[in-house]
Amino acid sequence: MTSAENLQAFKREGRIVVVGASLAGLRAAEALRGAGFTGSLTMIGDEMGEPYDRPPLSKQVLTGWVPAENTKLPRRREIDAQWLLGVPASGLDLAGNHVRLADGREVPFDRVLISTGVRARPWFVESEAALDGVFVVRTREHAEALRRALAAGPSRVLVIGAGFTGSEIASVCREREIPVTVAELAPAPLVGALGAMIGDVAADMQRAHGVDLRCGVKVTRLEGDAQGRLRRAHFDDGSTIDTDVAVVALGGIRNTEWLQGSGLAAGVWGIACDTGCRALDLNGLITDDVFVAGDVARCPNPIYEYRLISLEHWANAVEQAEVAAHNMVSGQADRWPHLSIPLFWSIQFGVNIKSVGVPTFADEVVVTQGSVPDRRFVAAYGYRGRVTAAVSFNNAKWLDHYRQLIETAAPFPPPCPTPDQPADMKPVPVDFPGPTLLAQGATVVVTGHDPSERRVTAAHQHR
Amino acid sequence: MTTTETPDTLRRILDYSSRADPYPLYAELRKTPVARQEDGSYVISTYREITDILHDPHLSSDIRNLSHPTAGAEEQTTPAFINLDPPEHDRLRRMAMRHFGPPHTPGLVTGMEPALSSIVGGLIDDFAGKEQIDLVDDFAYPFPVTVICHLLGVPREDEPRFHLWVNDIIDSIDYNPKTDPKEKLDNGIQARKDLRQYIGGLVEQRHGRPGDDLLSRLANDDGPDGRMTDEEIVATANLLLIAGHETTVNLITNGMLTLLRHPQVLQRLREQPDLVVPLTEELLRYEPPVHIIPWRAAYSDITVADTVIPKGSQIMLMLASGSRDPNRFHDPDRFDPDRRDNQHLGFGSGIHLCFGGPLARRETQIALTELVRRVDRPRLVADPPQYRRSPVLRGPIHLHIEQNGN
Ligand SMILES: Cc1cc2nc3c(=O)[nH]c(=O)nc-3n(C[C@H](O)[C@H](O)[C@H](O)COP(=O)(O)OP(=O)(O)OC[C@H]3O[C@@H](n4cnc5c(N)ncnc54)[C@H](O)[C@@H]3O)c2cc1C
Repeated sequence: MTSAENLQAFKREGRIVVVGASLAGLRAAEALRGAGFTGSLTMIGDEMGEPYDRPPLSKQVLTGWVPAENTKLPRRREIDAQWLLGVPASGLDLAGNHVRLADGREVPFDRVLISTGVRARPWFVESEAALDGVFVVRTREHAEALRRALAAGPSRVLVIGAGFTGSEIASVCREREIPVTVAELAPAPLVGALGAMIGDVAADMQRAHGVDLRCGVKVTRLEGDAQGRLRRAHFDDGSTIDTDVAVVALGGIRNTEWLQGSGLAAGVWGIACDTGCRALDLNGLITDDVFVAGDVARCPNPIYEYRLISLEHWANAVEQAEVAAHNMVSGQADRWPHLSIPLFWSIQFGVNIKSVGVPTFADEVVVTQGSVPDRRFVAAYGYRGRVTAAVSFNNAKWLDHYRQLIETAAPFPPPCPTPDQPADMKPVPVDFPGPTLLAQGATVVVTGHDPSERRVTAAHQHR
Repeated sequence: MTTTETPDTLRRILDYSSRADPYPLYAELRKTPVARQEDGSYVISTYREITDILHDPHLSSDIRNLSHPTAGAEEQTTPAFINLDPPEHDRLRRMAMRHFGPPHTPGLVTGMEPALSSIVGGLIDDFAGKEQIDLVDDFAYPFPVTVICHLLGVPREDEPRFHLWVNDIIDSIDYNPKTDPKEKLDNGIQARKDLRQYIGGLVEQRHGRPGDDLLSRLANDDGPDGRMTDEEIVATANLLLIAGHETTVNLITNGMLTLLRHPQVLQRLREQPDLVVPLTEELLRYEPPVHIIPWRAAYSDITVADTVIPKGSQIMLMLASGSRDPNRFHDPDRFDPDRRDNQHLGFGSGIHLCFGGPLARRETQIALTELVRRVDRPRLVADPPQYRRSPVLRGPIHLHIEQNGN
């Protein structure tokens, strides 16, 4: 058979398995059917129930505006899949082409898509994490449990971590007039994603809304009472606060453990792939039949020096899913690269925050439009004299323009005056907290001498 | 590559003889996406370039940023937000939006649905016994006018007065010093004055008398941005009144004309009323009511498709041409209500995206569904119909339709 005939046969009666049945998994399944794949499609997911949407979980669900069960993802088309829900995949056998499930079943495939996303990073002391009143927010159940705790009218909520999720939760608490303390190790909220200047704006915003914001501090201990209920939190500066609800918002852990031993380039940083969403194996070679999409993927971006970038963004999950699906049923010559400029949004303290590009890929930032005190502005990020990202506060309609500046590597700072421009347009250093990730332990070691023998193997985890 | 002289094509588009079918000329125009005109202005006709420029913060809607201000600029009055840039534009639009849509007034359009249906129903009831109707005079005009009067709180009885003013204003928008008598321009200026004075009177009456209509709310409510001055209210109300008059009329009329030219689609709509939602989007692409944004000003040098448009230049945006750009829309000259990814330019794009878009959509959806459901075997009397003069707000001046299969 020619490869074209092979492909037609595969589209007609091949077997595709999707592991991780959430946003990326569902959108990929829809795109596969849309592209004319009529073979068997299996969706494996460890959560029960139909795929749902996560962004509302830290926003409309917590305010009570949208019930948690109303967050089901809309279906764009019938996908006619077999759903294996409520059981995690526990292994991937690339020699035998099957996915192993935790209950011992094996699911064979011709091509597999991995979209297992991330899970919430739990509080680091297990016994404290188990206290009644300590929450994380990643799933529908989490959000519903926290919503109930907020509705009960806690005397004070402690949010640990002032990234996007933590800040959104703090915002909801203030909207519901619940006293809230936010503890953040960095000098300001959102600093890790958007740098020091925007961090200062976010800090002002939180304080203006009555958040007890404590930066540069670490929560060291969560203290419970005899009934196992959270009562108090201790900080590394020796202070304490009384609190009955703590939300741990310390980011995510990529769900890649189940791929250990699979031979894929998967680790704490995600699963490396090419721009066509094809997974790399441990040696950095591209696999043919394994694809990845969504929060778990780590994809090179030509705009950003082909660096491997993992993003926890809704739009990125959808776009990668569509590219992966297309490539799964296309021949080599028809493959698409995933080249879209990242896009992210958040809503907090009544402000719509939106970004394009990768703000962490920058050395300078400048406010180009609007007014920071009014919290209506656009700031552009630059790296070595070209525009690499932009963020808007209540000014999102301009971001298309900045996307174009990024795509065309326009000079930074943007030179021409616009209406509504701040008087002082001086770029400042972007100032992110140090690249701690590089300091983490090795994940692989290289063996062999001859070029035909050189291989990479996974290092034992020293963590 | 993009800048050659095609003044002739534009002149032909603006000429009345092209009104019935400007689309072949748009295709000609698109060969030069950014076309410099003899007078130093620029015409932009392709989808990508139009959207890029509508999202470009170096583009100004404020006439004061033109190096050669256009006709009518001599008036010294508070501009409506459509003619302002941020931050003033944003502030005024926000203040108006508070009372007109989400997040503060989320139910306004849906809340009006019963009223919209009953107005539409009443107008169609009046078709009874007539063999011929003029879809414009008997339906597409009175409907949105009634709605916008109701919404603003303008007495419907005064409609004949401001109908004349609005006509004079619209005529003066198309003013061309080379061919038009100055009288036309003067009439427009006078009409603006009269309309402002009229609305000003209404606003004055509203102070201290809170009510549900937009004028009362604007005159009495305070939001986070404070309250509009009376002059600002007048400018805003003028804008909404004129926009509410002039665009939906064309959208509905163009819509019915298109349906009568595509009887299978008309039949489908009769059988599946839900089709009206994508169908209206397709209409906004295929036969939009607003064809041209006659001017924007380059606030700085603007680069579009490798062409530098110098600061102060006038820029004309051919929206209807962009929505028929084959580089963006597959088979663009086909009317296809099933079209996917239909990001047309019917309501513009960017910060000036049509404020009344949600209302205009709903009005049109209800109007077309009911017309198709209730008018028995409608037929066009003349095709093409007679068009209004304006190349900017394009639509038939009358659309005669026979009903009952006579
Ligand atoms: C509270 C919250 C708010 C957010 N807000 C925004 C926002 O405002 N804007 C924005 O752009 N993004 C936001 N995001 C991010 C966005 O939701 C994610 O980018 C998106 O969900 C990623 O989709 P995904 O399918 O890649 O991964 P996920 O949604 O994480 O789905 C992965 C799925 O795989 C399952 N899974 C994991 N391991 C296994 C296994 N071994 N076997 C089977 N199944 C497995 C998981 O349980 C999960 O169901 C938010 C996320 C959260 C949690």
